[in-house]
Amino acid sequence: MMPPSTARRLCFLSLLLLLLLLAAAASATADAAAAEEFTEELLLRPLPDRKALAHFHFRSSAPPASAAGRHHHLFPKAISQLVQKFHISELELSFTQGRWNYEQWGGYDPMSTNNAKPPGVELWAIFDLPLAEIDATWKNLTHTLSGLFCASINFLESSTAFSAPRWGFKLNEGNLRYGALPREAVCTENLTPWLKLLPCRDKAGIASLLYRPSVYKGYYHSQKLKLKSSQSLGIILDQTLTVVLQPNTVSGKQLHSTGGQLQPSWSMEHLFSKKLSGKCLVSKSSRVFVEIEKGIVDNVDKAGSDVSSNNDLFVLSTAPDRSLKELDNLEVQSSSLYEYDVNNYNSDKPLNVGITWKLPLIWSCTRAPYHASRFLMGSGNERGSIAMSFLSTGLDKQLVDSSNDCSIKAVVFQVVPWYVKVYYHSLEVFIDGNSKAISEVVDKIHVTPSEDKLLPGTMEMLLKFPCSMQLATLTLDFDKGFLHIDEYPPDANQGFDIPSALVSFPEFNSSRSYPEADPLFVSPLLENFKEDGVVKSYTEVLLVPLTTPDFSMPYNVITFTCTVLALYFGSLLNALRRRIGEEERGLKKAGILNKRGLIPLLIAKLRGQKVDPSESESTSPASLPRSKLLLKVVFVAVVAIVFHYLSNS
Amino acid sequence: MEPSAKVDTQPKPRLIVRLGIFLASHHILFSALCCSAGIIALLFLPSLAKNTYLSENALIPGSANPLFSSEDVTEANKFIKGIEAAAGESRGGMEMSKFIVQQMKDLGAEVCYHEFLPHSKHFHPLKFFTSMTNDLAVRPNGTYSNSGTNTIGIIRAPRGDGKEAIVLVTPYNPQRVQANEVLSLALGFSVFSLLSRAAWLSKDIVWLSADSQFGEYTAVSAWLNQYHNPMFVGGVKHEPDGIAEKAEFTDFKRAGTMAAALIFKVGETRNYGDRDSVTMYAEASNGQMPNLDLLNVVHYLAVHRQGFRVNIETISSLLSSAWLRAIAEVIHTLGSILRKINPDWKLDITASDYVEGTANLASSIYNQALGVPTGSHGAFRDYQVDAVSLEFSPTFYIRNENAKSSFLVRGGRSVLTGLLQA
Repeated sequence: MMPPSTARRLCFLSLLLLLLLLAAAASATADAAAAEEFTEELLLRPLPDRKALAHFHFRSSAPPASAAGRHHHLFPKAISQLVQKFHISELELSFTQGRWNYEQWGGYDPMSTNNAKPPGVELWAIFDLPLAEIDATWKNLTHTLSGLFCASINFLESSTAFSAPRWGFKLNEGNLRYGALPREAVCTENLTPWLKLLPCRDKAGIASLLYRPSVYKGYYHSQKLKLKSSQSLGIILDQTLTVVLQPNTVSGKQLHSTGGQLQPSWSMEHLFSKKLSGKCLVSKSSRVFVEIEKGIVDNVDKAGSDVSSNNDLFVLSTAPDRSLKELDNLEVQSSSLYEYDVNNYNSDKPLNVGITWKLPLIWSCTRAPYHASRFLMGSGNERGSIAMSFLSTGLDKQLVDSSNDCSIKAVVFQVVPWYVKVYYHSLEVFIDGNSKAISEVVDKIHVTPSEDKLLPGTMEMLLKFPCSMQLATLTLDFDKGFLHIDEYPPDANQGFDIPSALVSFPEFNSSRSYPEADPLFVSPLLENFKEDGVVKSYTEVLLVPLTTPDFSMPYNVITFTCTVLALYFGSLLNALRRRIGEEERGLKKAGILNKRGLIPLLIAKLRGQKVDPSESESTSPASLPRSKLLLKVVFVAVVAIVFHYLSNS
Repeated sequence: MEPSAKVDTQPKPRLIVRLGIFLASHHILFSALCCSAGIIALLFLPSLAKNTYLSENALIPGSANPLFSSEDVTEANKFIKGIEAAAGESRGGMEMSKFIVQQMKDLGAEVCYHEFLPHSKHFHPLKFFTSMTNDLAVRPNGTYSNSGTNTIGIIRAPRGDGKEAIVLVTPYNPQRVQANEVLSLALGFSVFSLLSRAAWLSKDIVWLSADSQFGEYTAVSAWLNQYHNPMFVGGVKHEPDGIAEKAEFTDFKRAGTMAAALIFKVGETRNYGDRDSVTMYAEASNGQMPNLDLLNVVHYLAVHRQGFRVNIETISSLLSSAWLRAIAEVIHTLGSILRKINPDWKLDITASDYVEGTANLASSIYNQALGVPTGSHGAFRDYQVDAVSLEFSPTFYIRNENAKSSFLVRGGRSVLTGLLQA
């Protein structure tokens, strides 16, 4: 038996142990909280065609899974579960409405290369799995995402909808899957689940600016989710929303005219009908940037004043906390950024950044070396061709000295659904009006031909254009296929979509670096700008009219077939059951065989045949009941007509 | 007994065979019978036809607010003044298209020129089944005066994905400018300017002002050919012409797949009737017709919303023929008798309506049987694009300013609402 004192001591010890354990656990969670980070940033930029661009960037990061356990403070649990379950090492999902205008809004900056997306939904993912399991995992992933984001991403499940590019989209070892749904309509039901992943949702911080009517009134809006996960870094989730808005200060009349008029002045309140009243409290940093493009900076320099927040051309409504200058490889300043720290503002002193123009200004964005566009040729429901044209924008002349053997590389990646049966051997290349041999232009090509109802056709091409080229056109012929009646989508008469092709120029890099003295200044937005930025542009979505059946046809066919079957069955049964020989014998015995029907008698009369006297004997007694029958019929008809007339009047 | 039974049973064929033999032996009688039955049915058709049938596709026509306002009319009047000045400046016609391009550019549209050569009218028996693509793209050196120039403006739908486009066509002749053509250009311009401000567009809008000095059809079909079957060999490099700005706009610009096309022009002043009228033409080559919803919607809107009188082409000799009037009377009385039996049978139509309906029907049958398109909409139908031509015929003298304005308002509204439904 144990003495009571020892029992008490034991009790005390265990209590102490428990306390210690609790303290350890608390410190562990505190460590995890320190490692889980959230930052929010917003970038505003005036565009040359009197519009304004707003780019929201939210980054949540979680430490490697083993350290944190299963619980998170800031990081969305849904995403971490998704990453763990499907072994994703990279994923990008974008919802886009409208087209990015590569001519006006730029095609050679990090914004256009990373955030300009094709209309509809685009999803790609790299899996950290053996190759054999990837397709099955992809299918599960599409279903999960479709539930998470309230979108029909699950249509990417079918093997006809996704492809596995090797190098045309992004260099990989066969563990990348890519799918696009160009027809998916994007609206607020997709934005709400996206906002749910943020720790403050849209209740506080920069996300509170997302006033739905102004976001969806915009000319372009693209909402993106990008995931990166690795054993060493943990999970990094970047959520971006890019919108192009028309400042509502101008009346409709001024909407387009560019010459000699002042650019519209705008502020946050104009764009979003709201001011920014403080940051999301759990965020590590919360910043707003205003970016001034190189075109404007050059103009300011020309005007002879310093590029500050208040110069001869424009004035920013609030003085910035800091200004950053981008340096390109020639150490020449190209664009400048003005930074505002939201920490310094609160609901009493809200932040309302705006720009007011003093002088009319016309500038243009830097464009990609070639303007790529794609169109359909031919007419009719049988065949057609896809053409892709590359029109030089004149950029190459500035960058590359035009020696004779210089060339510019372009990579084309295109997925075509199976019912558009592309004949890849029919590829033709025309440069400046001359037909060229394919080997002269195409450096490398990788084609996965489509298989009916199984695989889409995928084409990856590395092209080499001479620097002096003005216009190149590639054409590919195709046949239009037939679909099963079940496979037609709603409104099939409108046509079928071919998703956008991606054109990238690997020799041109749009990344921007902002040399900064302060090592503590860390901005994920600017980090993203610094990352690899191969110039990319998406082409238009194409609409192919296919033969569509009259959708009432199946019912007609069913009715018709049933009628024919019934007739056939009836007559067959009749023929099988009757014994003609026996019947005739029986009739002859009864002596009625000679009696003919009404129709043969009529025919005989019409032909002028004389009716046999023997037959006329038999007809005369029969004529009396026949006239009686006629009378009956007439009587019934008259009664019916009278009844009808009386009942109506 | 035995042989007689054989005679009875053996030569008697089946009933259906006997009927066939009977029909064959009286084929003249039967064909005459069927033919007359067909004609009688055809004569009954105008009285059997429902007034305007609208299918569900067209949802609720005219539910949109007419946005076309007097402001647009002042714009259009300014445009008329400008284009008349431009037309007065030069005889070559280049000034006019330059003026139109400038106006389109100010609206924020993408602009391009399209040069074409008149389609040779020669019949090539060997080329009959192949499409003639070569003869339009190649331009012999030095013959600038011989080519026509179409002017094309494209509005990109702000939030659309650019897959589809609607085409507006206004034909005009830059060599010999007439008041009604200027008015139709102004109508096109005002509609275009209104649409360029619309943020709700889902389809791109293409305005083609077709150079009709070689005929409307030639201009439109040349443009359509370039749009659908471009040639990449030769003809791409243009030497800089006399006009500097022109080189900038020679790149052929495209919108997506064409969904529908509307050709509208203002016709000569007509003095009959008390209302402005719209004449519709729809018959394309080989008797093809566009989607009838398009016709019905245009008809419905023009009549019920804008108070236009809608004409469809008629054979005028039928309108005054005595025998048709007599048939009309007969059908009218027959219809009224039938109506007494059952009021639901609305077969009686007035004699004048009947005569007009029959004349329309006859004209349509004639045009479809002839297989020659009745206007430039035929060129669209060759590429499976639904198209309809509208010819507005004002009742006023074309130089009258006030009347012009009110006409523009109504014309613009009717075109617009028609477009929205297309």
